[in-house]
Amino acid sequence: MPKIKSALAGAHFMNGDVACAEGAIAAGCRFFAGYPITPATEIAEHLSQRMPELGGIYVQMEDEIASMAAVIGASYSGLKAMTATSGPGFSLMQENIGLAVMTEAPCVVVDVMRGGPSTGQPTLPGQQDVMQAKWGSHGDYGIIALTPSSVQEMFDLTVEAFNLSEAYRVPTLLMADEIVAHMWEKVVIPPPDKIKIVNRKKPDVPPENYVPFMPDDDLVPPMACFGEGYHFHATGLTHNEYGYPQTSSSEVQSRLVKRLCEKIQMNSDKIIKVEEVMLKDADVVVVAYGIVARAALSAIRKAREKGVKAGLLRLITLWPFPEKSVTRVAEQAKAIVVPEMNCGQLVREVERAAKETPVVFLSKLGEEPHTPMEILEGIRRCS
Amino acid sequence: MVQEMMHPFSRYLRAQMMPHIWCAGCGNGVALNCFVHALDELQVDLDKLVVVSGIGCIGRSAGYTNVDSFHTTHGRALAFATGVKLANPELEVVVISGDGDLFAIGGNHFIHAARRNIGVKVLCANNFNYGMTGGQQGPTTPLESITTTSPYGNIEHPFNLVHLAAASGATYVARWTTLHVRRLTQSIKKMLQKEGFCFVEVLSPCPEIFGRYNKMRSGLEMMEWFKKASVVESFSDPSKAEITAERIVVGEFVDIERLSYEKLLHEKISKINEKAMEGVS
Repeated sequence: MPKIKSALAGAHFMNGDVACAEGAIAAGCRFFAGYPITPATEIAEHLSQRMPELGGIYVQMEDEIASMAAVIGASYSGLKAMTATSGPGFSLMQENIGLAVMTEAPCVVVDVMRGGPSTGQPTLPGQQDVMQAKWGSHGDYGIIALTPSSVQEMFDLTVEAFNLSEAYRVPTLLMADEIVAHMWEKVVIPPPDKIKIVNRKKPDVPPENYVPFMPDDDLVPPMACFGEGYHFHATGLTHNEYGYPQTSSSEVQSRLVKRLCEKIQMNSDKIIKVEEVMLKDADVVVVAYGIVARAALSAIRKAREKGVKAGLLRLITLWPFPEKSVTRVAEQAKAIVVPEMNCGQLVREVERAAKETPVVFLSKLGEEPHTPMEILEGIRRCS
Repeated sequence: MVQEMMHPFSRYLRAQMMPHIWCAGCGNGVALNCFVHALDELQVDLDKLVVVSGIGCIGRSAGYTNVDSFHTTHGRALAFATGVKLANPELEVVVISGDGDLFAIGGNHFIHAARRNIGVKVLCANNFNYGMTGGQQGPTTPLESITTTSPYGNIEHPFNLVHLAAASGATYVARWTTLHVRRLTQSIKKMLQKEGFCFVEVLSPCPEIFGRYNKMRSGLEMMEWFKKASVVESFSDPSKAEITAERIVVGEFVDIERLSYEKLLHEKISKINEKAMEGVS
């Protein structure tokens, strides 16, 4: 049994990767499988030291495909499980992220975004994987993705990611960027009894009455695990509520895939988090996320000093997309500014939700995120 | 009064999943039958058994076995099984999959699972081709065999699976054909009782697809090939265990003791915790 304190309660100075690893531990994660990759490696390094101290498992697999498969295996064996990677590894994981979606395996995948495509710029930040987070695996599905803007949020949102994945039986993605992951900041870790922990629903029926993929009203089925005597089957094939393959039934395909999408969509008001700064009277609203949102905050303050009524809508949840929040601010704003470290990804969702309100996109690639002055210039163009 | 008869092995199989998908003359049913016999003879605790399969004809075995079972993506059964065994070492984890799944798309996972010596037991049905997709050439297709993607004869050298398993670090390695049902069952029993990574290959006739193109149109003809060509050479050099039209070397090739990965890991965890306790007191 673990004898070392699981959560390092108190104030610490640490980098984002370590904060993420500690967040996983605080959330109850006891299985990590991964493969080294910049700029996410420190998560694996830290957990290779911490997991054994807690009686948990750290295993380095032969690649990211295997890492993701092992995470699903551990999740089905009853442990909270995680992997961490960056762009190239995230691409390899898409296959089994789809398997986790299809078999409804709770798990957390951290993608510390670097510059892409391909090997790209391993040590530099990016926000180029945010559409891959939603659409990366083939087929239709709902997924949850969160994005931290600070080292504190690397901790907080990792805990949140585990809670959401357990609640909705869906892989939950933490879409960080290289700067947030490598930056050192103060992190306050609450005592364990002050951290909200959600665990997956367990069946409350005897094995002979257990129907493994029969959802409750929230569209999420209770989950038995291996070794508990339920003798259930799970498959990546289209399956009925008993878990048995139904590869030629349109009805079963439609029922299953729609539920996998709807269990996220129907619960999106409970899932979605945004931060609203000075939005009440804002004429120009900056919609930003990740490290870029920090520059955006500085930019709207500077704009206010110059008499421009600017506000910030910071997206904490990327998927499901906070459509209602964007539509609401767009109704009163004259224009929306979207700075992203890519060639225009989430801005398309913003444009869709903003309807008639004009949207200005600020693209930046490479070493540095947008400076406050660059975003301020964008605000000025709209006002 | 009519008494309802239950097959003595019905508790091992999921009746709801029947009929199975396998063709007449296919050897997969024989392989599954031997596996079930081994479970019965050993009285394996079915609550603690997990069967994992990849994609392919034999990959349906997980669904047919009435225990906790999981049907993974193509090639990933061993990586998934590694997660299961590490998360709960008390579970008996068996992978039943095919040659294409385990050695082409899943080849990397196979050699690393064997190298780590993770305590997963592998039963591989080798039918020399990709049966489910209609008979394409694969990593075990014999030279000059005709398949739907080697219509002029296969020019790729096939893997020798027992040699690969032995070289990669498996603690138990055997090869039989579906003709050798007793010895196959014995080997499955043996691997279920061993520690570490174990591998049993069973040559399985695929008359409907592979045989059709290679002058063995019926299951019987393929079994006759097994009968005529098989030679038992137990504990001979696995690198010389060939499979040709004239000669199929079968037998046990490796039976060694080596601490499993999960045992080493959990011993390490205990030691780290003892040390931490000393620090506390």
